[in-house]
Amino acid sequence: MGDHTQDPEQFTLLLKEQAPLLVQHVDAGNIDAAINVLIELQHARTPEMSSEDDVMALLREKALQLHDKISAGDYEQAIVALQDMQSVRDRGLYQEVGRLTRALHDAITNFHIDAKKDEEISEMTDATDRLSFVVEMTDKAANKTMDLVEESLPMADAVRQEAGELKQEWERLVNRDMTPEEFRALYWRLDEYFTRLDSDASQLSSNMTEILLAQDFQDLTGQVINKVTGLVKEVEASLVDLVFMASQVEAITGIVTKGEETDDMADKDAKGHGPQIDKDSEDVMASQDDVDDLLSSLGF
Amino acid sequence: MKILVVDDFSTMRRIVKNLLRDLGFTNTHEADDGTTAWPMLQSGDFDFVVTDWNMPGMTGIELLQKIRTDERLKSVPVLMVTAEAKRDQIVAAAQAGVNGYVVKPFTAAALKEKIEKIFERVDG
Repeated sequence: MGDHTQDPEQFTLLLKEQAPLLVQHVDAGNIDAAINVLIELQHARTPEMSSEDDVMALLREKALQLHDKISAGDYEQAIVALQDMQSVRDRGLYQEVGRLTRALHDAITNFHIDAKKDEEISEMTDATDRLSFVVEMTDKAANKTMDLVEESLPMADAVRQEAGELKQEWERLVNRDMTPEEFRALYWRLDEYFTRLDSDASQLSSNMTEILLAQDFQDLTGQVINKVTGLVKEVEASLVDLVFMASQVEAITGIVTKGEETDDMADKDAKGHGPQIDKDSEDVMASQDDVDDLLSSLGF
Repeated sequence: MKILVVDDFSTMRRIVKNLLRDLGFTNTHEADDGTTAWPMLQSGDFDFVVTDWNMPGMTGIELLQKIRTDERLKSVPVLMVTAEAKRDQIVAAAQAGVNGYVVKPFTAAALKEKIEKIFERVDG
């Protein structure tokens, strides 16, 4: 508003320009002129405060004029003074609206939601991309782990089954309840078993290592989620500023808004809430046991 | 025994299918939400439904309600396997006629116990 600005750069320029003048006035013993320079600098630094003071001074002046004119019986001039007061009030209102508009603009800029000129995506888009990346990574890790488990389980089962059968044959040998032909068959079956056991065990071991490595997503997704959480906190703070600003706009303009309608809980229940993080909450079942208790209390 | 597993996450469907196979149920089919599940239930002779709650399109609770109002499907047992753990939701599921409720994350033992219980009750 007006010639004054809060821009620190412009203020610095003004300061550089006025400082020598100030010294000059002080040296010359011209204190009044020096104070004027100081007042101008003060105005440039805090334009709102000075405008408010100006408004008050003007109002005071006009009020006195009004009083004088009424006392003198000059109604025409009294009306003019009254109209002047009205326009002073309007000007104060416009200034306040202007200040809020600027603050609002700053708050919106702080939101990080509008894409910067030289960047292709905004931080918000970036955050959602990052979260999709988390979903993708966890999905990949889960599927890889399951692939390896599905490959390993039959292998372990086969090893155990063959071991069981060989144990029975071996007992017959120990009990000398075996023909030489049967012994020869067992001899080669054992040989084959050891060979397979060797390769299957290495395969199982390598699958286990791969399963272990597939858990590395936790580190990466953890970092990504922490970053997004940080952004959400920033946005929340900006949003609180914005809401505060809006309430000020409402206060000075006299807009009355109704509170938002409360959400229909039943509808939200039907849509689903997702995993409950706060297990201590009253209406949340902390475990399967609690769920079972609730269901049995309902006659299940 | 023909089983339909309904969950929007393929990983969860795979886990449930694996656990069911361990329990001896090999004839399992998959759907990614209620909307996909419904025509499958209509055309196939499913004996059992395992469903999640929170899914895009038709949710698990809507699917359950739809099954219970369908003349041909209303007696098919439904097991809810879900992360939804609010008291009101569990009560709503019970009122809609759910046969079992397992909260995620769950153990193989919990799933086994609920499934066995359901078939005991259905057979008995």
